[in-house]
Amino acid sequence: MGMTMTQKILAAHAGLERVEAGQLIKAKLDLVLGNDVTTPVAVHEFEKIGVCCVFDKKKVAIVPDHFTPNKDIKSAEQNKLIRDFARKMEIENYFEIGQMGIEHALIPEKGLVVPGDVVIGADSHTCTYGALGAFSTGIGSTDMAVGMATGEAWFKVPEAVKIVLKGKMGPWVSGKDVILHLIGMIGVDGALYQSMEYCGEGVKALSIDDRFTIANMAIEAGAKNGIFPVDEKTVDYVKAHAVKPYAVYEADKDTEYSRVIEIDLAGIRPTVAFPHLPENTRSIDAVGDVPIDQVVIGSCTNGRLEDLRVAAHVLKGRKVHPRVRTIVFPATQKIYLEAMREGLLEIFVEAGAAVSTPTCGPCLGGHMGILAKGERAVATTNRNFVGRMGHPESEVYLASPAVAAASAITGRISSPEEVMK
Amino acid sequence: MKGHVFKYQDNVDTDVIIPARYLNIADEKELAAHCMEDIDKDFVKQVKNGDILVAGKNFGCGSSREHAPLVIKVSGISCIIAETFARIFYRNAINIGLPILECPEAAAEIRQGDEVEVDLESGSIRNLTQGKTYRAASFPAFMQEIMKADGLINYVKGQVKA
Ligand code: SF4
Repeated sequence: MGMTMTQKILAAHAGLERVEAGQLIKAKLDLVLGNDVTTPVAVHEFEKIGVCCVFDKKKVAIVPDHFTPNKDIKSAEQNKLIRDFARKMEIENYFEIGQMGIEHALIPEKGLVVPGDVVIGADSHTCTYGALGAFSTGIGSTDMAVGMATGEAWFKVPEAVKIVLKGKMGPWVSGKDVILHLIGMIGVDGALYQSMEYCGEGVKALSIDDRFTIANMAIEAGAKNGIFPVDEKTVDYVKAHAVKPYAVYEADKDTEYSRVIEIDLAGIRPTVAFPHLPENTRSIDAVGDVPIDQVVIGSCTNGRLEDLRVAAHVLKGRKVHPRVRTIVFPATQKIYLEAMREGLLEIFVEAGAAVSTPTCGPCLGGHMGILAKGERAVATTNRNFVGRMGHPESEVYLASPAVAAASAITGRISSPEEVMK
Repeated sequence: MKGHVFKYQDNVDTDVIIPARYLNIADEKELAAHCMEDIDKDFVKQVKNGDILVAGKNFGCGSSREHAPLVIKVSGISCIIAETFARIFYRNAINIGLPILECPEAAAEIRQGDEVEVDLESGSIRNLTQGKTYRAASFPAFMQEIMKADGLINYVKGQVKA
């Protein structure tokens, strides 16, 4: 029986000819990642192991992004702890304010992940890099500590759900709508413990930014990773960014999958996930009248340049509804700069939106836009759990940048089609 | 291990187990004082050492924060039984030495407040209140070793030294 793309990458990193679903393996790591929330715990655990240094100064990345720029003294102390650790260990990829960005936008942009890599990150959305044909998955702080010390991690080899994409997306439909639609179909545990492996001619039509968004939310379907085949677009992206060689793996033709799902991209409408689970999706045509208080455009899901371009296209020459607070978070400094050069930031500010320095901010209910009791937000983020953006009785509706921008204008969840008439 | 049961539904996520607003707290005990507070204000008041947490499917979904299994462990919970666990929570729990068992029947039938006894070696779950016994799938040997060492750090420490 053949192997999936994920299984081939894992086998290669475990020094094995082949692996099978369910097998426990130890794999060599190409990158170990952590942020300002998970790394302090990892440093503490790392110190208990009793090794002098990290396994490879080039293969550890630490990105303070959750509570940065530091929102209070406790966060500043946490950040100091990891900054000191990074200096002591001479970690080359520690990114300070001014260079940092939201980790999952930053790491690919810095060329630190390439096709064929095995990456673990102490952040659940580490699965984002599957967009580039790498195996990347979220783990906890202890795994991060052991990964930093040994350069290895244990894995249970996953089976895979095969997702065959066909056709092309219609106007105002993006990667976000594709993944919300899919999670709506299979549920928040629809791919539990498994890989989501994308294939089919529909992949070609997806931009790399769309693929990042889709791979990013694999975890919202319970998956271990989401992964895309490597094509010309991937190679172009990698050549423009990468700082190391890459390897291309393909799934075997005779591979068995636990499930095969076909999706016609042309049939997908802009999609919104209602509180309090990403699987509570509705087509934009069925959302009804939902007045909102805040719009957040950003995060590791949708804070990239294409996302900002779409939002700016909708907001250009229009005004944010007087009752709605709208905050835009370019995901990295580079994206910020490009958005500035393209005039996107000016469009946001003129429309009455606030533009922030890169941070996770409100995405996790950290800072920079927390909701009060009873308030509602439309956000381009990835989770709408109870209390995710603030008060336990506030609500988050997940949507694409186009829908978020349109909703900012009308003051209720709206389709861009309505605004752009 | 033996204790009374706290029962929760499907898809309990790590944001409600420990909300992100507290993740800048370094002290375990202080952090654990907020365990479950967004869905069950009484949990921290009532939980006693040895108690058992029972939940539906996909327990611990969402964020990879290890603070989630940690606050449950620090609260005194001796074991979690669920229909299924989200994968990052699953490995985090094993890595920090918090026993977890997957058993759909037990997860469905055990009720809030029941007295339950668990034998990890055999995977046997006895509901003393209802007089029923279940068997959870046992862990692969490698994971049992990690749990026996009380977590991955101790396990790796042994190996690094050897
Ligand atoms: S933007 Fe949100 S989901 Fe992404 S890493 Fe930051 S907190 Fe996590």
